[in-house]
Order: sequence, then structure tokens, then C-alpha cells
Amino acid sequence: MIFLELFYTFFKIGLFTFGGGYAMIPLIQSEVLSRGWSTSEELINFIAVAESTPGPFAINIATYVGAEQGNELYGVLGRPLGSACATLGVVMPSFIIILIVARFYLKFKNNKYIAGAMSGLRPAAIALIMSAVVSMASSVFFPAGVSLGVFASYEFITSAVIFAIMLTLMLTVKKLHPILLVGLSAALGVAAGYAERLFI
Amino acid sequence: MMKDSKFKLCLQLFTAFFKIGLFTFGGGMAMIPFIQRETVEKHGWIEEKDILEILAISESTPGPIAINTATFIGYQKAGALGSAAATFGVVLPSFIIISIISLFLKQFMELKAVEYAFMGIRAGVIALVVKALIKLYKGCPKNIISYVIIALAFVAAVLGVNVIIIIICAGLIGLASILIGRKAGEKR
Repeated sequence: MIFLELFYTFFKIGLFTFGGGYAMIPLIQSEVLSRGWSTSEELINFIAVAESTPGPFAINIATYVGAEQGNELYGVLGRPLGSACATLGVVMPSFIIILIVARFYLKFKNNKYIAGAMSGLRPAAIALIMSAVVSMASSVFFPAGVSLGVFASYEFITSAVIFAIMLTLMLTVKKLHPILLVGLSAALGVAAGYAERLFI
Repeated sequence: MMKDSKFKLCLQLFTAFFKIGLFTFGGGMAMIPFIQRETVEKHGWIEEKDILEILAISESTPGPIAINTATFIGYQKAGALGSAAATFGVVLPSFIIISIISLFLKQFMELKAVEYAFMGIRAGVIALVVKALIKLYKGCPKNIISYVIIALAFVAAVLGVNVIIIIICAGLIGLASILIGRKAGEKR
């Protein structure tokens, strides 16, 4: 039953993601890709879509994957149901845990064991995001695998240049809105695509 | 009368968090200014200094920060019903917008210009994630245990070890480091 599976999968993603946002990418990659609900390229496209639409990343991706899977099996009627199951799944763990935490607010805050576990979780989250960057980068820069010729290909050079421009912009100019960066990358991509068509 | 005012409060929570959900791009820390405006300045539900504590709790509990914050503030103001109202509010804008976008995304992707645009966007998104990573790293405690956990977890993740297992092990290492540190302290 796809709806139960959507709920369960996103429940798991919600339950085991600390810090939210990008910290979810590794788990989403492993859960969603392994079920064949999306390809690596689709997922990266969708990260950009989620980034340029309002709302928490987790909700956006749950709603989207849910709609796609619901649609695949049950057509248009399956869409809202799939979205609802996935979104409810990703929200539920936080909701339950925070309800409990809010009751025991002060105790939780001063608990040494929880602070200890957290001191291990923060660096782990960083490592997981690092590994997500590595796998994302390899699918963007080397979609057909690494070989000597790749580095001279038009696609590789364009992607690398756009990446470098964006990173430099973000590190030098403070308070750039992500949607602005997404828009600019899109414009550069379109320019590069048509330049290739016209001149090369 | 009592019931009536609680219902009104829930409605206010729903509206405030609906706005927060609607105007936040990218989620997480980008929400802080909106949360401040709605909950501190406009409604006076919480004090300025509480926001940091609530964020710390949101970050150290599983799940999206937006959901955690909404549930927490909702509970403090109006109990479980308030949590539900605030959480539903923060989720709804994304849900509606993405449901509509998902209808057209695939056809949209088949346009040549869109294909080119996304080629650029994919490269840009990696830069966004790298930037977030740098920011997170700055907030991470800098000690030998952190570095060891980063190194081990990174290698494990690249080798394909299950993410949940990595998270549980890292939590246990952190816990062990506190317990061992305490024992060493007692001996002294």
C-alpha cells in the first residue's frame, strides 16, 4: 500500500533528522532513491524547487514525492492523498516529541545526558551533509562518471563555473536571498545552454 | 467564554504560523525574523530571549525546525490544541503551493530553456548547501571528539553505512564522552 509506505518512510525521515533542512538530504537520498521514487538528478532539481518556494524544505519534498507516487498509482485523485500521507508522516514525529518536550521543558534543558548525546549529533550532522555534498557534486559534475575527457567537456566547465560564481557570491555578499541565487544560477544556465547551441 | 477565547487564540496561532510558512524560503534559520515579528512584536506570545532557547530545542530534537518551533510555541500558549493549530498553519502554505507546482513540474522540465536553467540551478544548489555547511561548522563545538566523529561519520556515510546507524552511534559517542569526562572529574 503506497500511502502507508509514504507515511512510514517520511515518518522515519522526520524522526531521524536533527537540525532540519539540509540535514535531511542524506536520509532523503537513501530512503527515496532506494525505493526508486526519484532519481538523483530529479532530487537535486527538486531541492532547487523547494529552495525557491516558501515553506520548510521537509514539507515541500514530502508533499512533492507524495503527489508523484500517488499519481503514479491512482492518478489525479491519488495526488492529494499521497501528499497528505507523506506530509503527515514527516510532521508527526516532531509534533509528538515536541509536545512531550514542551511538558518537561526545564528538565530537558538541564539534562547532562541529553547535552552529551547532542554533542555527538552535531558533528555527525556535519559529516552527513558533507557526504551529501560529495554525492550531489558527483552527479552534477560527473553524470557519466569520471574520465580525463570530462574535465574538458562543455557541461563540466559550465557547471563548475556557475558553482564557483555562486559560492564566491555567497561568501562575499551577506544576506543574499536564496531565491536570488537560484534565479541567478538559472539565468546563467540558460545563457550557457543557448551559447552552446549558437556558437559551439 | 473560556472556551471561546481559547478558540480565538488557536485561530490567531494558525494565522500567524500560516504567514510564517508562506514567507519563509528555504526554511530553518531563515524563519527567525518572521517568527520574531509574529510571535514577539505582534502578539507578545513569547519574549525575545525565549526565541534562542526555543530554537536550541528545535535544533536538538528531530524534525524540521519550523514544525518544532510551531508545535512548541503553540503548546505554550494554548496546549495541545494550540500546537495542532500552529503546526497546521506552518505546513499548509507549502502543502498547497507544492501540490500545484507538482502538477506542472514534469511538463515544465521538458522545455529546453528550463532544462538549461536547471543545469545552472543544480550547480548553484550545491553552492547553497556548501554555504549552509560552513555555517553549521562554525556553530559546532571545536574539540577532538567532534573532529573524530566528523571523520568517522563522513567515512561511514561515503562507504554507504545506514544514516540512522551513524546518527545513533554518534549520539552514543557523545554520551560516552560526557560520562567518561564526569568519571575523570570525580577521580580528581
